[in-house]
This record gives sequence, C-alpha cells and structure tokens, in this order.
Amino acid sequence: MLRYALKRFVSLFISLIVASLVIFFVIEVAPGDPASFMLGMNAQPETLASLRAELGLDVSKLQRYLNWAGGLLSGDFGTSYTYRTPVSQMIAQRVWVSLPLALYALALSTFIAFPAGIYAASRRGQAGDIGVMGATQLGVAVPNFWFAMMLVLIFAINLRWFAAGGFVGWDKGLWAGLHALTLPAIALALPQAAILARVMRSSLLDVLGEDFMRTARAKGLSARQALWRHGLRNALIPVLTIIGLQFSFLLAGSIIIEQVFYLPGLGRLVFQSISARDLIVVESVVMLLVFSVIVVNFLVDLAYAAVDPRLRSRR
Amino acid sequence: MRRSLIIGGLLSAVFLLAALVSFVWTPYDHAILDIPNKLKTPNGTNLLGTDHFGRDILSMIMVGARTSIAVALVAVGIGMGLGIPLGLWAAARSGSWLDELIMRGNDLVFAFPSLVIAILITAIFGAGAVNAIIAIGIFNIPVFARITRGAALSLWQREFIMAARVAGKSAAHISVEHILPNVTNLLIVQGTIQFSLGILAEAGLSYVGLGAQPPLPSWGRMLADAQTMVSIAPHVALMPGFAIILTVLGLNLMGDGLRDYLDPRLRVARV
Repeated sequence: MLRYALKRFVSLFISLIVASLVIFFVIEVAPGDPASFMLGMNAQPETLASLRAELGLDVSKLQRYLNWAGGLLSGDFGTSYTYRTPVSQMIAQRVWVSLPLALYALALSTFIAFPAGIYAASRRGQAGDIGVMGATQLGVAVPNFWFAMMLVLIFAINLRWFAAGGFVGWDKGLWAGLHALTLPAIALALPQAAILARVMRSSLLDVLGEDFMRTARAKGLSARQALWRHGLRNALIPVLTIIGLQFSFLLAGSIIIEQVFYLPGLGRLVFQSISARDLIVVESVVMLLVFSVIVVNFLVDLAYAAVDPRLRSRR
Repeated sequence: MRRSLIIGGLLSAVFLLAALVSFVWTPYDHAILDIPNKLKTPNGTNLLGTDHFGRDILSMIMVGARTSIAVALVAVGIGMGLGIPLGLWAAARSGSWLDELIMRGNDLVFAFPSLVIAILITAIFGAGAVNAIIAIGIFNIPVFARITRGAALSLWQREFIMAARVAGKSAAHISVEHILPNVTNLLIVQGTIQFSLGILAEAGLSYVGLGAQPPLPSWGRMLADAQTMVSIAPHVALMPGFAIILTVLGLNLMGDGLRDYLDPRLRVARV
C-alpha cells in the first residue's frame, strides 16, 4: 500500500508541475501587455517601465514562471494587476462561496441519487424503475443554468422563499448562508444527481447478480436485508469514483451558476479578471481549480486502493 | 429498446432539419428588430412569441440550432480525429513509454474541465464560436482516446489479430484494418453522447459570453438575454431552454438506442 501510495504521489507531483507549466505558458502567449493595458495608449515609456518592474514583468518568462510557481508553493499567489491586493486574499474571500456551494451540491446530489438508484435497482423493469430512469434522462438533458433560472422564477420571484441572487455572507450565520446557497446548489446538483443515480442503479444491479448475493439469500436473509447488508457495500466502489470525478464538474459548473445568481465566487472573479486582463488572477484561479481536481482524483485513487487490494498491484 | 432509437432519432432529426431549413427559410428574419411588437407571448403570427427586441423566437431558435449543431459537430470531429489515432497507437504499443505518455497526457486534459479550458482560451484569444469549438474539442480528445484504447486492448488478445501478426502485418496496418472496424460501433455511440454534451457545453459557454458572439444567434445567448426578463416574459427563457432539452434528450435516447441496436450483448447490462 505504501509503495502504491508513493508511486501515485510522484505522478501527482508531476501532473501538478506539468499543469502549472501549461497554464502559465498558455496564458503568457496571450497578446497584450498588462502594464500597457492598465495605463492606456498614451502612457509615458518611463511610467510603463516602472510599472512593468513593479508588476514583475521585466524579467524573463522562465524567471517569472519560477517566481509564480515558487509563490504558489508558499501560498503567495502574487499581486493582482488591477486591484493591487494580494491574489491569495482575493481567492480566500471567494473560495468561501464556491467551495461550500460545490460541497452543498455534492451532498444534495448524493442524497437524491442514492435512494433513487437503490429504488430503481430493486424495482428493475417495473414502473418505478422506468419512471426513475426517465427522470434521469431528463435530468441529464436540462442545462443547469436554465434550470437555475426556472428555480429563480418559481421560488424567488413567485413564491419569495429565497433571494433571487447575491450572497449574504457567512457572518450572518450558518443558516442564512446555507439558505442563500440553496437554489444554486439545487441547480448545480440536478445533472450530477441524475448521472449518479444511473451509476448507483447499474452498479447495484451488477452486484445483485453475484454469487455471494445468492448465498446471502440462501442463508435466510430477506431480499431487503441482503441488499442492505451485502449489496450496497459492494456496489459503492464505482459510485465513489464517480463522486470524485463529479467534483471537477461541480467546480466548473459553479462558475456558470455563480453568473445566474450573482454569487461573489471564484467564477465571477475569473470573468472580471479576464475582462480586466488581470492575467495573474486568471492563472492562479485556474491553477487552483485544476489543482483541486488532480488532488481529489488522487485521493479517490488512494481510497479505492485501500478498499480493494487488487488495484494496488494492477499498475 | 427500439423505441428510444425511434423517439431519439425523430427528435434529433427535427432539430437537424430546423437548422438546415433555416438556411433557406425562417418564418421571419431572425435579425429584424420590431420593438412595438416586443415580448409577445406565443400566438398565431409568432408561434413561439417574440423577444425584447420584437424578434421572432422561432426563427432565432432555428438559426441558433445551426450554431449549436455546427459547434458540437466540429468539436466531436476534433475529438475523434485526434483521439482515435492516439488510442489506437497507445493500444498497439501497450505498456511502452509511449502508451504511458499518451495516457498521462489524457489524464492531464481531464484535469481541466472543458469550461476551464474555454476560460483559458478566451483569456488568450478572446471569446467566439471558433474558440468554443476548440475548447470543447480538446476536452473530447481524451474521451475518444481512452475508449478506443480500452476496446483495442482486448481486441489485441484475440486470435484473428494474432493471425494477422503471424501473416506479417505491421501494427499500424492491423490497427487500421482490423482493430478500427471492430471499435466503430462503440465510437458511434460515444460520438452521439459527446455530441449532446457538446450542445450543452456550447449553450453554457454562450450563456456566460464565452461562446458565439452577436450577431450570430445561439441558444445560450438567447437565455442570457432572457435572464433579466424572466419574471415579465417567461416564454423568452422557456423556448430556447426547451430547444436545448429536446435536442439533448433526443441525442441521448438515440445513443442509447444505437448502443442496443448495434450490440445486442449490451441490451441487458445498460446504465
């Protein structure tokens, strides 16, 4: 297990380095110099030069990459070109909207998908199964930002149960914060719940055909007991993998959903920074998103190997 | 399930037809503004109503179908064009450093959700339909590479491939002549799924302003425009939404149906 973990850790490290190289150099080829963009067309050459020096733009590309990557490791993400505040501070403020939103949606999607998948699997081929599967087909086809607009129309504008947008902040209390994130989380969770329910169902159906399930029934357990005691536990492994993968879709999805609800999260930060050509902020936020995806997948791999020893030797 | 193939095929055909017909005929000119006639609910003259500029929504949806289908189709083409050869190549050299390199590269692309790729590309080259195609297309490459490699790997163990190798055919020759025809069904099914995902992705990108730019009509941007009016004229947001849902639903059903039709063995074990 330790050998496997070490091997995976090395490949995690390499992936992160390659990802940071890709992000940095892809953004660096962007036409347009941030300093001249900020000062406008009529800037004096001396002012331009001093601003470039201040922003750290006057050294070679490689040196700038090393500065940036080294800074990332020590938690210093550099200084925003437009706001002149540390990028880490800007990200820290926004992350407390985006991350809870993604986790909230993940929890919702799991809570919806598990019962739905189990129900459909236990009613295989019957009306209940067909109904759930039809609903998941629809859930996958609905664009979540459109669904979000419909939620706003029904629950915010007509029923007035929720605010139509904006975020009150966590200092108003946990309940108020969660309340403000509820509609966005539902919108975000819908397609993921549909996918997860389908995976849950098919994984459970696979397990139900196994010999040990017949043994469980033969020793006198009812179908329900066998399902809960032996079926579910074995069906969970592929489901957990999908949950890990969904994390990246939730993070990316929250970028769009934040636009619908005017939430001050990472997504809005990225769009503002793109239009202001604040490249260092774009670089850092994109790196943060990619970093979390790579790390979550790494953790899922490890958890997977811990549960199923066969996987450790496979690579 | 022959039924899902028929329903899905019909739905997809309707939107493909709408896109094609829009080249020669739409009920009204989708770009003509008619402010006095704005925000009309669906009625006899404007079947799906009009938007805040008095433009006919049905005409806009028909022209928007072009954008969605073109973007998704080219993106799937990019994914297939690069992903399939990479997957075949990796499988032919399975276990070598080349295989490892291709698969690790795939993992890397997977770590960038397509929206993040789109953001990166927009940050560099600006927003537009072509950049949306590239962003969605790049994300499709590892999908096809992975699925091709997986299917090809098990084929390489089969006797008829062994026979071809004994006959002295090169790995490249075998990949194209014997492996590729045997994975085509799988690729067609995956192609429909990626096509529907591409339509959703294009709508999302256009919605946040990273996709098709005006005056090119697109379903995502129609929804973005409708957002501020959703309380006074819900139909402006409903109609493009329905167009997206029905198209994606149709393609997904068609994919499911095709899978069952092309490979009867899978009829039992379906997700």
